[in-house]
Amino acid sequence: MLLIPCPWCGPRDEAEFHYGGQAHVAYPENPAALSDEEWARYLFFRDNPKGRFAERWNHTAGCRRWFNAVRNTATNEIEAGEVTA
Amino acid sequence: MAERLSPLARFTPVSADDLRIAEIPFLTQINLRVDPKSRAAADIGLALGAPLPTEPGTCTSAGADVLWMGPDEWLVVGPVGDGLEETIRTAAGTAHVGITDVSAQRTVVAVDGPRSRDLLAHGCALDLHPRVFGPGRCAQTMLARAQVVLAAREDDGFRVFVRSSFAGYLADWLLDAAAEYLPEGTVTSR
Ligand SMILES: [Zn+2]
Repeated sequence: MLLIPCPWCGPRDEAEFHYGGQAHVAYPENPAALSDEEWARYLFFRDNPKGRFAERWNHTAGCRRWFNAVRNTATNEIEAGEVTA
Repeated sequence: MAERLSPLARFTPVSADDLRIAEIPFLTQINLRVDPKSRAAADIGLALGAPLPTEPGTCTSAGADVLWMGPDEWLVVGPVGDGLEETIRTAAGTAHVGITDVSAQRTVVAVDGPRSRDLLAHGCALDLHPRVFGPGRCAQTMLARAQVVLAAREDDGFRVFVRSSFAGYLADWLLDAAAEYLPEGTVTSR
């Protein structure tokens, strides 16, 4: 079980969290101007690095806040979570 | 006349030397959302007898109990029907504040006595040692896989806030986990 550092509540069991996928995926500025392929890339295409990966997490069973954390996908080491708006 | 039944109305309280478990039904619970830096937050704190706790995982118990739920969210808990919502509404005035009565959302189980920490530790991953989770600390977490709010009180006492629909399950689990701390025959299998 991973111990995930919620920036508000501190380290908690993985079971208290909901995964939110890759962080910093910006919503297209002008969605209507996107081609089908560009839209599909925005919706479905994500990085899949071996190593550091910035992800979104929600502390569903705790404070219910979203935050970003960097997880090493090879070792599962997690760097301290960062508060997001 | 309709009788009001609490979620654990059928639960027989447990009372042993080292451990007591009982429901505290029908407490008034108000969910409060407000910018902690706002004037309204200060005014509400004043009306409740203590500033809203801004350190994560802490609660104040000046008049009503005020539990930290998030950076802009608190759970205010008071006795049955004491006009808590009105008090907060009056203090908030016309400011941008969310005040919601959630009294029916959860019921409260009081777990008291020197064995309370040992009992809760059977199903809770948090460190409940008094050095870490002493009086004035609270947390939203999982107890026996059910979502709960835990609040530590003086004298090894805890308040366990549990969703009404999970209350029966959690009470059964507490009884089962408590068997080793209770005199023979206290817990009967059903
Ligand atoms: Zn949290």
